[in-house]
Amino acid sequence: MRMAGVIVTIAVLVALPFFISDYRTFQFTQAIVYAIVLLGLNLLTGYNGQISLGHGAFYAVGAYTAAILMEHFGVPYWATVPAAGLVCFGFGFLFGLPALRLHGHYLALATFALAVATPQVLKVKHLEAWTGGVQGIVIIKPDPPFGLPLSQDRWLYFFTLAVAMLLFLAAWNLVRGRAGRAMVALRDHPIAAEAMGVNGAMVKSTVFGISALYTGIGGALGAIAVQFVAPDSFGTFLSISFVVGIVVGGLATLSGAIWGALFIQFVPNVADQISKAAPWAIYGAVLLVFIYVAPGGVAYLLSRVWGKLRG
Amino acid sequence: MTAPLLEVESLDAGYGPTDVLHGVSFTVGEGGITTVLGANGAGKTTLLRAVCGLIRRRGRVRFGGAAIESKATEDIVRLGLAHVPDGRGTFVQLSAEENLRVGAITRRDRKGVAADMERMYGYFPRLRERRHQQAGTLSGGEQQMLAIARALMLRPRLLVLDEPSFGLAPLIVRDIFAIMRTVNREERVGILLVEQNAKLALELADTAYLLETGRVVTGGPAAQLRDDETIRRAYLGY
Amino acid sequence: MEAFLHQILSGLATGGIYAAIALSLVMIYQATHHINFAQGEMAMFSTYLAWMMIDAGLPYWVAFAGTVALSFVLGVLIERIVIRPVEHAPVLSVVIVFIALLVILNSLAGWIFSYTIKTFPSPFTWEGSQNGYLSPHELGTIGVTLLVLAALFLFFRFTSLGLAMRAAAQNPVSSRLAGIRVGWMLALGWGLAAAIGAIAGMMIAPVVYLDPNMMAGVMLYAFAAALLGGIDNPLGAVVGGFVVGVVENLAGAYVVGTELKLTVALALIIGVLVFRPTGLFGRRYVTRV
Ligand SMILES: Nc1ncnc2c1ncn2[C@@H]1O[C@H](COP(=O)(O)OP(=O)(O)OP(=O)(O)O)[C@@H](O)[C@H]1O
Ligand SMILES: [Mg+2]
Repeated sequence: MRMAGVIVTIAVLVALPFFISDYRTFQFTQAIVYAIVLLGLNLLTGYNGQISLGHGAFYAVGAYTAAILMEHFGVPYWATVPAAGLVCFGFGFLFGLPALRLHGHYLALATFALAVATPQVLKVKHLEAWTGGVQGIVIIKPDPPFGLPLSQDRWLYFFTLAVAMLLFLAAWNLVRGRAGRAMVALRDHPIAAEAMGVNGAMVKSTVFGISALYTGIGGALGAIAVQFVAPDSFGTFLSISFVVGIVVGGLATLSGAIWGALFIQFVPNVADQISKAAPWAIYGAVLLVFIYVAPGGVAYLLSRVWGKLRG
Repeated sequence: MTAPLLEVESLDAGYGPTDVLHGVSFTVGEGGITTVLGANGAGKTTLLRAVCGLIRRRGRVRFGGAAIESKATEDIVRLGLAHVPDGRGTFVQLSAEENLRVGAITRRDRKGVAADMERMYGYFPRLRERRHQQAGTLSGGEQQMLAIARALMLRPRLLVLDEPSFGLAPLIVRDIFAIMRTVNREERVGILLVEQNAKLALELADTAYLLETGRVVTGGPAAQLRDDETIRRAYLGY
Repeated sequence: MEAFLHQILSGLATGGIYAAIALSLVMIYQATHHINFAQGEMAMFSTYLAWMMIDAGLPYWVAFAGTVALSFVLGVLIERIVIRPVEHAPVLSVVIVFIALLVILNSLAGWIFSYTIKTFPSPFTWEGSQNGYLSPHELGTIGVTLLVLAALFLFFRFTSLGLAMRAAAQNPVSSRLAGIRVGWMLALGWGLAAAIGAIAGMMIAPVVYLDPNMMAGVMLYAFAAALLGGIDNPLGAVVGGFVVGVVENLAGAYVVGTELKLTVALALIIGVLVFRPTGLFGRRYVTRV
């Protein structure tokens, strides 16, 4: 039954771009990018219980890695994606080391500080030659390979979708195996887990690294899709919207990444028409509603509905 | 006999979904002393918590004629019920004197509070010496004295004590029991006492109950339990 | 040398603001062991309320008092309505509720007052004092911070209510057994925090101008200040605030330049958290299992 759901979802996702405009396709590409990020953040926060309010920073590192490699080194776009992932893995792992000593509110605070400081770091003069300073870097949209009869937007959609499917598969393998159990055990019963031989420090900083890797890959793909990176697009609110995404989708679920991504991609678009402030007002309200009423997120609600339907 | 000060009827109580107490009934007379005895884990602490509304409970509890089974702890306390909790409940970062002030925080009569503070220092001269010391740095025995003094600062009608002799030297235990007797005689403060030292407790109390796995297995005049060989052997171990 | 001295003194002035916000963080931390991520936005929103009152023609100090009082009430209401339901929830839920509060206040301010930057008056504008090291506003800010600290000290030290609040924060169960309404004490803590934040907001607004995002940077310094001083220690937080203010100014002027100042705060926060989690004057271990 689950398998059927997965196959239907993939079929819908593959067929989708042929029924919608290039612009809508671009929006869905962005949504898939967010799904990758949310997957990574959820591994860390949902499964492993390490709160991060600063994943926008890793997203930025991924985006800038891709942009700089293309702009200054002529690296083809597809090769920047794994590169961004690796660079972010390194950053995440390193950040995860001091974070080991922080719990709950303190980790939230440290990562929040990271989110707030990110745009300023990106604007630093000494790096301006590479980062383009306040102006940022413009990226050229890639053409489809082998003369495929696809628009640039559709090609990028499929490219992103393929990466996302790979990453979902990897995450699925991760969480249902030994490592996944260790992650959850460290979240729920840290002392017991350590006593049973789980190397807490290693697992937690590795999960931090993996989470950053996902986010960095998302950042690279996102940069390629919007063809542009600039410091001010990576502020506190980007990090917060990722948190909104995992809460809405459902903490410690994989499918939740999809619902969360659709939410943070499309709800602001709709709400923007009411007022510039509306998307965030809605985000805030939705966060409260989910925490008070449905802490399991959409994924949980859907599984309940599904369970009811089956009787 | 007049109406009892505290009257508990078919009380069920517990933590989370499971009940620890099952249909417990007992009374403390006006100006009387009741003791509840029982083995470790019998539910004595749970019983005192339930009376004070600190945990989920069901049943009837009347205090000074008022139904308190659905009242909040702070309101029950304000009716004049002071509780010396299991583990002393010291405010470790406040000074000893501030701990006493907290005990009297619901009172408005400044003069009376000041006088009672002096009275406590009279009961426990050690506390006067240490009044400005951080309470967390007091010895275990001193903290126990502080807890009792803090409870008395409320000028309660009923004093509820959870193992007041815990961790104290025998000499000090004697003092504390003497003080309980004094406040009971001179101020007609009712006392509900949970105690491991059954012998001392039965000497002090007028009424006693024996609790076993959450149920009252026997109860009556303290003298009766004291003299009953079989009960003494089976439950009280002396 | 003169320039150096000037940097230190004006660092003390901004430090006063960090100190005030750090103090409000400590109020809430002491009561609930939560770090209020929305503290800055609460202060920002309060400052808009003050702006509204001044704009409506009220004299500055009337608006000031009105804002402090109104912020106090709003703080209490926020605790009762928004925070109460998650009092015993896991940390993650609490953090998310704070984040929700942050974005709601931010967008509400943008919605009601628009995102255009507004000027905000300073009450300290007497003539002829411009030639000293400190501007009148800087001097006033330091004075106000010290006054707030003194008032808080007196309140907590010498009033029954202050004692009850301290007791409730330390040992809620024992406090209830003494008849203290602990829930309300927490709400009062929030009220105080909101009121102090409002004062800080009104002091910083003449400098950074009024807009919904005015507090982002300030908050980071305030966090650093609170952590540096020990997040459960009011006096420490104030000292931390002044220290951070001076360090920020000196680092900005002589070391990293203005464009990396926030990174200094980030480094301070992570450094303190990792190497000295109790802060310079903290008493307890911050990480509790
Ligand atoms: N906070 C709690 N949560 C869950 N169960 C509890 C809690 N406190 C006590 N219990 C359980 O309730 C039962 C009664 O405990 P209680 O503390 O009332 O015993 P007691 O008679 O006071 O024992 P002691 O003489 O050792 O103090 C025990 O089985 C205990 O495990
Ligand atoms: Mg006990």
